[in-house]
Amino acid sequence: MNSAYDVVVVGAGPGGSTAARFAADAGLSVLLLEKRQEIGAPVRCAEGVGTQTLRRFIEPEPRWVAQVINRCRLVAPNGKYVEITAPGEGLILERKLFDRRLAELAAETGAQVRVKARVTDVLRDGDQIAGVRVKYQGSSHDVRAKVVIAADGVESQIARWAGLNTLSRLVDMDVAAQYLVSDARLDAPDCCTFYIGTVYAPGGYGWVFPKGPNLANIGLGISPKHTTRHRETALDCLNRLMARFFPNASIVATVVGGIPIDGKPRPISANGLMVIGDAAHQADPMTGGGITNAMIAGQLAAQVAASAIRQGDLSGEMLRQYDERWQKEVGRAFKPILSIRDQVMEFEDSFFDELAEMLHGRARLTLVDVFRMAIRTRPRLLWDLGQLVAMGWF
Amino acid sequence: MILVDYDACDYCGACVGTCPENVIHLLDTRLFVDNEGCTDCSICTYACPVGALELVQTQPRGLRRELRV
Repeated sequence: MNSAYDVVVVGAGPGGSTAARFAADAGLSVLLLEKRQEIGAPVRCAEGVGTQTLRRFIEPEPRWVAQVINRCRLVAPNGKYVEITAPGEGLILERKLFDRRLAELAAETGAQVRVKARVTDVLRDGDQIAGVRVKYQGSSHDVRAKVVIAADGVESQIARWAGLNTLSRLVDMDVAAQYLVSDARLDAPDCCTFYIGTVYAPGGYGWVFPKGPNLANIGLGISPKHTTRHRETALDCLNRLMARFFPNASIVATVVGGIPIDGKPRPISANGLMVIGDAAHQADPMTGGGITNAMIAGQLAAQVAASAIRQGDLSGEMLRQYDERWQKEVGRAFKPILSIRDQVMEFEDSFFDELAEMLHGRARLTLVDVFRMAIRTRPRLLWDLGQLVAMGWF
Repeated sequence: MILVDYDACDYCGACVGTCPENVIHLLDTRLFVDNEGCTDCSICTYACPVGALELVQTQPRGLRRELRV
């Protein structure tokens, strides 16, 4: 570990590793720090990702793809389901291997990687963030950086130390619990299943993401509002779902976590600092999926870092380009997405039952068909969907 | 103050980002709550996916406030 770099990236998840890779690719000296002793573990993720967006960054490799997804089912509260075909559009990853591969890519591009390296503070030159203090192999090191990229996840500290407001309010987050199940006995291993309705997951949804014919991530996300009202945790809700649909399944791993979701943009850069991924609340507000969004943000942050360093201007005004580009590329869709989500969450379970009843058994359905049917009875959805269409979202 | 049930805690860090006082710290597989700075707001207990956090009051709230002055 040297005493100074152009860029220090804190956190070697998909966002951090992507940022490190593109920064190194731009010819910058880069240090990528991971506080855990192993990159990719423990997994805190349902591991689903959209194939198309992922391919902007890396070609899928069999080593870290657990399952290719060709369709999905939306299960209504009454148990009836709607099946949507989407050949090859989704992938279920093996995150432990995927994250490691992305870090390797960063290293191959020229970034230095260190694990079990915990950042304990930021270095300051006046009001400029000028590096990080790292605890590594028993001693403390001051590492100076022209730009710090904070990819330190849900439990992010760096942004808060730097004075950015990245606090998660309870209304800004989903709480999730998941089991990795070994004898799931799925009838369709290429099919993701979503459980929609309050009866399954109040304020969220449940999922089955297959990882081969027998292995599956089965989980759900709920709104913490439910916990405040009914004293029922995400794990309680998951156990109820398991008892109903998978009573005999064996559980080989437990994964829990919080997903910061956010509709309104807040500053995610400061003097000498940019924040990406979960630390910047960049998960999709509808699905809670954050992998590709973090990677997009990582690339944007690396590009802005490169041009800022080239121009010798590391001020907050300069780095605010990152905020703007993030908003333009992804962030601006969050407001309508969140509005759709809020409306969908208000629907009675009986509405989903009716919808499933109407569409059940129809062949070759797309997500657009489902929304088209929903709009017929809930026209208010049209406004937000229209905005997303205008942004080229579909 | 917040009590952590270490048998239930999965050290996911969901609580950390919700603490307005930033007094919850996650070190690898161990969660620490700096109860000196805790204001008993209880937000973290609702953010926990497994119910591992519990708000307990060792002294009546009024007395605690009195003692801090």
